[in-house]
Amino acid sequence: MSDEYDNNKSYQAQSSEVMDGSTGSVNPDIDYVRPSEVGEQELYHPHSFIEKWVFCQDAKVIGVQYFLTAVFTGVVGLILSWLMRLQLGFPELAGFMTAEHYYQFVTMHGMIMVVYFLTALFLGGFGNYLIPLMVGARDMVFPYVNMLSFWMFFVAVAVLMASFFVPGGPTGAGWTLYPPQTILEGTPGAGMGILLMLISLSLFVIGFTMGGLNYMITILQARTRGMTLMRMPLTVWGIFTATVLAMLAFPALLVSAIMMTLDKVLQTSFFMPTILKAGEVLEYGGGSPILFQHLFWFFGHPEVYIVALPAFGIVSDLISVHARKNIFGYRMMVWAIVGIGALSFFVWAHHMYVSGMNPWFGFFFATTTLIIAVPTAMKVYNWILTLWRGNIRINVVMLWCLGFIVTFVNGGITGIFLGNVSVDVPLSDTYFVIAHFHMVMGIAPLMVIMGAVYHWFPLVAGKMLDEGLGKWHFWITFLGAYSIYFPMHYLGFIGVPRRYFEMYDSPYMTSAVGMNEFISIAAFIVGAAQFILIFNIIKTLKTGKKAEQNPWKANSLEWYTSTVPPEHGNFGERLPVVHRWPYDFSVPGAKEDYIPQTTAPSEVIHTEVEKT
Amino acid sequence: MHAGIIFLLVIVGSILFHIFTPWYWTDIASNWKGMDDTITLTFWVGGGVFVAVCLFMIYCVFRYQHKEDRRAEYKPEDKKLEKILTWATTLGVAALLAPGLIIWNQYVNVPKNAIEVDVMAWQWGWQYRLPGKDGKLGTTQVRNIADNNPFGINPDDPFGKDDIMVESDVINLENNRPVKILLRSVDVLHNWYVPQFRAKMDAVPGTVTFYWFEPNKVGEYEVLCAEYCGVGHYAMRGGVEVQDKADYEAWLGEQETFEQLSARYEKLNVDGNKLAKK
Repeated sequence: MSDEYDNNKSYQAQSSEVMDGSTGSVNPDIDYVRPSEVGEQELYHPHSFIEKWVFCQDAKVIGVQYFLTAVFTGVVGLILSWLMRLQLGFPELAGFMTAEHYYQFVTMHGMIMVVYFLTALFLGGFGNYLIPLMVGARDMVFPYVNMLSFWMFFVAVAVLMASFFVPGGPTGAGWTLYPPQTILEGTPGAGMGILLMLISLSLFVIGFTMGGLNYMITILQARTRGMTLMRMPLTVWGIFTATVLAMLAFPALLVSAIMMTLDKVLQTSFFMPTILKAGEVLEYGGGSPILFQHLFWFFGHPEVYIVALPAFGIVSDLISVHARKNIFGYRMMVWAIVGIGALSFFVWAHHMYVSGMNPWFGFFFATTTLIIAVPTAMKVYNWILTLWRGNIRINVVMLWCLGFIVTFVNGGITGIFLGNVSVDVPLSDTYFVIAHFHMVMGIAPLMVIMGAVYHWFPLVAGKMLDEGLGKWHFWITFLGAYSIYFPMHYLGFIGVPRRYFEMYDSPYMTSAVGMNEFISIAAFIVGAAQFILIFNIIKTLKTGKKAEQNPWKANSLEWYTSTVPPEHGNFGERLPVVHRWPYDFSVPGAKEDYIPQTTAPSEVIHTEVEKT
Repeated sequence: MHAGIIFLLVIVGSILFHIFTPWYWTDIASNWKGMDDTITLTFWVGGGVFVAVCLFMIYCVFRYQHKEDRRAEYKPEDKKLEKILTWATTLGVAALLAPGLIIWNQYVNVPKNAIEVDVMAWQWGWQYRLPGKDGKLGTTQVRNIADNNPFGINPDDPFGKDDIMVESDVINLENNRPVKILLRSVDVLHNWYVPQFRAKMDAVPGTVTFYWFEPNKVGEYEVLCAEYCGVGHYAMRGGVEVQDKADYEAWLGEQETFEQLSARYEKLNVDGNKLAKK
């Protein structure tokens, strides 16, 4: 599985170069790892409080900054969803809410959760914290740019939040921002609101590009000795592929944001045809609203995988560690991640089957979309085959992983409905779509985030989160979220359209009232349950049990730092040298049920470990 | 072993919910039964996979719970198993895709005998136009739209004169006769959607889109806008009345042509001018 280790070469002459600190080697040659080709990175250590905690260049601090900012936006998104659910379930209690408000909340909830919460959290948060640690680097390769990346994101969030306070309020165009309505009267926030949204998105893309370059180049160029690509944890593979996707997809969002800004400010007509509004013909003509949809989804579909692939990677590692078993079919998992990433650029128009684009596109995009189901299904099989014959710890982390499998498979299957062009016709723009994408790219990745928080909190904070509170948090969230979204599919079957402020005077829809009340109550409970985690974190930081180093007995490098939590530079005097993949769990003949990546072959010579 | 039991209950609950749900699709009133059938097929195959995967996971949770003295199996790969699973999945997916594409092929090929119905959408309402005796709709332009020309029909287009203008947000359709819905919008995206007909398509300003169906149940149906179109989206309703041939033709006879409508406005105008002069 190695792309650098060459068995046939004689290493006799080079054995003096073995510098990995392994003592008592039986045969130094089998421990040989190529020397590094470049010197070590020089780090800029902070000199003041501001340099240490505000304009910090340490990827770990930047990761936490990204994490906290994203969580803040997530809480805003959560509160907006409560308000929406109040209107849908109990409109008599939501008298203060006009249709304008409702659409503004819908829009901001969607945009915040997809871009500012999930994307920022996975790549900015987990990416920054974990990449250098997992590949054995001292930091990201461009620490200063990395710092700028976070602050650009911060400004983007500030601009987005500012739109709540401008005249007319934030945009209410739906998170997809489909023109022409987005920039016309008749849609709330068509003045300042939409402008701030477009500016904020542009800033986000610029900031994200700075971070993304860092993640990619760090993974490609700054891996420690012996860390071949095929020895990287799947977390790193997921984040890496997602970053490549983001680098290719976000420009499409940026250009569409710029074009729309021009349509709004300078009355250009990129997306605007001749329009009659209140009896008058507007000064637009010749533009194509469908062009925007193509650009948007050329970004928007890879965006789904920008969120999903890091989740795939992380959950693979969590399952493997807590099932005490190697991830099943590692190479298949890697190629599935890469393959899904590549395919995700050829499926965008499955969001547009009934958009009025040439209907013949439907054949192509339905086929590519269903092809993606194959590598995705392989990943699911490999997760459950990792559990099979494992030695599974049913702790909080594993519970979140199991919750992920259930919700992800559920949401993946409904994706086959929607991807299959003619099945999509009756279901598109109904609650079935809402249920599908919340299950598959809302709840499922959220399960992974939560599992990851419980898993890596001991590393980040040096303390163990409370398991009892964690279990309550999990069960309320999982059961609650499932009872929100599973029944919601059936509203879609009835034909209830999405983005309706109120609707139920249609005779066949009256039965939906009761279900909406139930869903709303579940949503209030699930939302409130998230504060258990916040309470747990505060409580743990104050009085929690101190974590030992590597409490989960994992193999990957982040658990083998010089201190816990790791300091700036991560690994003390010497960078670790890697001899194996991170999944050597329960190797027959080994003393412990895990072999760290840094363990040299000569130290485990009597085991039946497979070469990686 | 609480965790496994709760997960098991979730799966059993999901199956029971599906069997006993009072919430399911409306009675179909068009020819697109194939869509419903493909949904049902996808439900069986997909639902089967979902249940199988979850039950296997739950089995593992019960069977391989952590014990200090036990070790997991060490077997990084199983090429044969992976190959079998890949091919089985590919076959399953192809089996679902095939009927989907066959029905899509029907959806994009409109039958020759379909009657055209021109649906015009605006914020926030619907209007309809039918071809007159010549069977052809007149060409239109947004800039021509006025009170006396709600569709913007080009005045010098001979095909436009006899077009039938339906001055209502309810359109009548003949039972068992295919309809080609032509969709136009004067301002933003809309979507003319009747859940019982299953079919839908966006109306896009600047272009004409279409879809077709064959109503097969006499009755009244509600039209919903299914593409977000601004703050009045949820209130943008219309109606369809499917009638037998005789009723339909009687209704058709009562409708005004474009020529008649223009004449009526001209008369109004002349009368108005006379009034003004007095």
